[in-house]
Amino acid sequence: MSKTPNTILSPTVCAEIDRWMLRYPPEQKRSAVMEALRFAQEDNGGSLTDSIMNAVADYLGMSHIAVYEVASFYTMYNLAPVGQHIINVCTNISCTLADSEKVLEHLKTRLGIGLNETTADGKFTLREVECLAACASAPVAQVGKKYYENLTPDKLDALLDELG
Amino acid sequence: MLSDIEIEIDGKPLKAKPNSMVIQVADEAGIYIPRFCYHKELSVAANCRMCLVEMEKSPKAVPACATPVMPGMKIFTRSPKALAAQKAVMEFLLINHPLDCPICDQGGECELQDLSMGYGSANSYFTFGKRSVEDQDIGPLIETEMTRCIQCTRCVRFGDEVAGLRELGATGRGEHMEIGTYVTHAIKSEVSGNIIDLCPVGALTSKPFRFTARAWELNQFPSIAPHDCLGTNINVHTRRGVVMRVVPRENFALNGTWIADRERYSYLGLYHPDRVTKPLIRVNGHWHTTDWQTALEFAVKGLQDVISAEGADQLGALASPNSTTEEFFLLQKIWRQLGSSNIDHRLRQVDFSDQDSFGLYPKLEGSVADLENCSTILLVGSNIQKEQPLAALRVRKAALKGANVVAVNMMDYRFNFKVSDKKIAAPHDFVFSLAGIAKALSPKLAELADVSVSEQDRSIAERLRTGEKTVILLGALALNHPEAAMIRWLAQMIATASKGTLVILTEGGNAAGAWLAGAIPHRTAAGDRVQQGLDARAMLEQTRQAYLLLNVDPELDCANATAAMDALTAAKFVVSLSVFKTEALERVADVILPVTPFTETAGTFVNVTGQWQSFRGVASAHEESRPAWKVLRVMGNLFHLQGFDYEAADEVLQELKLAMQHSSLVVKEGVGSLVKKNGNGLSRIGEIPIYAGDGLVRRAEALQKTQAIIDGELAAVRVNAQTATELGLSAGNMARVKQNGSEVKLPVVIDERVPLQAVFIAGGIMATKELSELFGRIEVLPA
Repeated sequence: MSKTPNTILSPTVCAEIDRWMLRYPPEQKRSAVMEALRFAQEDNGGSLTDSIMNAVADYLGMSHIAVYEVASFYTMYNLAPVGQHIINVCTNISCTLADSEKVLEHLKTRLGIGLNETTADGKFTLREVECLAACASAPVAQVGKKYYENLTPDKLDALLDELG
Repeated sequence: MLSDIEIEIDGKPLKAKPNSMVIQVADEAGIYIPRFCYHKELSVAANCRMCLVEMEKSPKAVPACATPVMPGMKIFTRSPKALAAQKAVMEFLLINHPLDCPICDQGGECELQDLSMGYGSANSYFTFGKRSVEDQDIGPLIETEMTRCIQCTRCVRFGDEVAGLRELGATGRGEHMEIGTYVTHAIKSEVSGNIIDLCPVGALTSKPFRFTARAWELNQFPSIAPHDCLGTNINVHTRRGVVMRVVPRENFALNGTWIADRERYSYLGLYHPDRVTKPLIRVNGHWHTTDWQTALEFAVKGLQDVISAEGADQLGALASPNSTTEEFFLLQKIWRQLGSSNIDHRLRQVDFSDQDSFGLYPKLEGSVADLENCSTILLVGSNIQKEQPLAALRVRKAALKGANVVAVNMMDYRFNFKVSDKKIAAPHDFVFSLAGIAKALSPKLAELADVSVSEQDRSIAERLRTGEKTVILLGALALNHPEAAMIRWLAQMIATASKGTLVILTEGGNAAGAWLAGAIPHRTAAGDRVQQGLDARAMLEQTRQAYLLLNVDPELDCANATAAMDALTAAKFVVSLSVFKTEALERVADVILPVTPFTETAGTFVNVTGQWQSFRGVASAHEESRPAWKVLRVMGNLFHLQGFDYEAADEVLQELKLAMQHSSLVVKEGVGSLVKKNGNGLSRIGEIPIYAGDGLVRRAEALQKTQAIIDGELAAVRVNAQTATELGLSAGNMARVKQNGSEVKLPVVIDERVPLQAVFIAGGIMATKELSELFGRIEVLPA
């Protein structure tokens, strides 16, 4: 027998999903899938696994594939393990004009990893993203839930030291 | 009702129903608009954009599949603007499509190929690398080549909307979107093969058919599938007289656009090495191949010797419920002229005590499609999704429209539709479980004095009584139950009290034909009463001296395999007309005459609604096998019987139809009281799995592999956790299973669908053939 959703999703996650489900009519509880995945991902250290997605599907009474579709569509659901901090560097037009490529290169050298890779110590994952809507203070990177603006290699070093 | 809307397509004034889409109106008017994602039986996705047409006053071309008709609308499907739009879409669709038509199975019957020819351009501006997509193994029935996919999502919508089992999806996005299962697993739906027909390109093709033939080499012939009581309409594709594959044939009253995998892939068993190729006779204990004349004379002499020595009452005939009406008719005609009424086709049934109260045959009034419009459906002893997959799709449609489906079953089956209420009881409690509902509806029935009514019974009764259109569907588990007569009577009482109709979903492809043709012991053709003979069960319990088996494997097709084998072993002479030979037949038969399956004979199946569907032989007879109706005709002649001078199968049918005109059917009512039996103990749920029903599906390898995937290991004892603890069983360990003196060892599987006091042990499979009753008492011990 497969495990029931409740043995995979923690009580906190279940409580959060229940809270979100209240916002939708009972026959449309699947509408809570995006929030459910967000909490489940946070609870699991930043990424989703097949069994977590299945548990979310069972919890919301959806077919498994419908949850895979959602999770694989949105880039902020991670389907493979990620580092403790995800560094999203904007390389869209404004940031590129403001030398975000240098920012990216510096990060690659300093961390010793390429794009979409995670450092051996599991601390950092490096990513390239499209516009973060902070063009006025380009170049910009998002780390966790915070924006870091007007970046220079020095500022980055300080940030990495602080996080590391 | 809103009035029709007047629109114009390509200058042609047309009337359209409000809310219909432009493409529907065009299709009805015979104006072709190219399309990939649109399908009349699926929801509108409008994602392929191939059906772009020009609409007057619209600056942009619009998709015909998603544009509702409006008064005065003017559509141009072939205007320069429409053609340019279609050509551009075609170019985009081909950007990532590989140019591998020469090695693609779809080549020659490919919508993309056809539309590219008709609407595309010879060259492309795209000079970059094409994307490729990794294939997934989605099981033994469907081959994937996902690089060819154009993401029309028909297969995804089919799973979601029709099959009720969403297994395929579109994961990733943009350039990276892929159709697949994401986590590799085999598709479990029993109607999965339809996505092959739906796929407009070669992304999903038939795995067993792959690389065996080209579309243009095939001839298409209409036929009728022999496995379900609906008489699913099929097209058989043959190459030089050999069946290469089976595809659906549209019939909106029966199967709609779809067929089940059982009907689609059973052809794989047709040329199995077990096929009997030449007549075989046994002389002094040894099998010899011989010619037809010798074998037929040998068979007739053997039967005649028994008649002269012991009398015609010593003859017994058992026929597969998948035989044609003509075969049933001729078999019973021979038997009755010889003086025996011991003939039956209800091989897996054991309770015939109410057979005189049947009408001409178990009949569904109305059409199969009407099931969709029921407001309340009561399933009694039916795993309908596996027994009659296409009837289940109708039930699903009804449920989606808001119908209440109530299941009274022996297993807590998970259906592809929503069940509003269910009552699950072990086989020995089943009748009382159903009686509770009957009593809640008709409290005064004297026969039910002993029955208690629960709260649940009352609420189910209320649902049935208040339903606008109620139907009670009786399935194979109810029919094969030891108290089937009582179940039928209760179901009839429930139907009467709830003003509903009772429908018996019989096993096999032609049970109705068997009733009409007289392959039953108590009535001859067209329902005329005769001196009652022995039914299938009595014939085996009261051993006869001679038997004739028409496509029967005594070990797997009978309710009681051990009784069948004992009776046949004890008999002096056994004639088998069979498509396949089995070890059991070789052990008990004295002559095996190779007959042809449905693809190689003309015949007629009568479906549950009483529709006579005749079909022709579509393939050459394999080796020396002959159509069974011809073999029976010659046997009639060799017996010097009257009226066996038929020249075509039609003439047999005409004779039966003539008899129908002055049928003197007498229906006798009556059933005994319901007496509470000792309710404790353990009984067996002996369901026949979907791909174990008859010799043909049992030999279709791809279906057998699928069976294990969809139902898990069948050679097992399934019990729920509590019963397992009580019996001292644990998952994975072996159990000793005893029934009436025979014993087998089977592994234990914990399955919470099984109720208390019951074990699920499938019938119709080799591993359980030593057991004797499908629904009888059983003993299970740890090994």
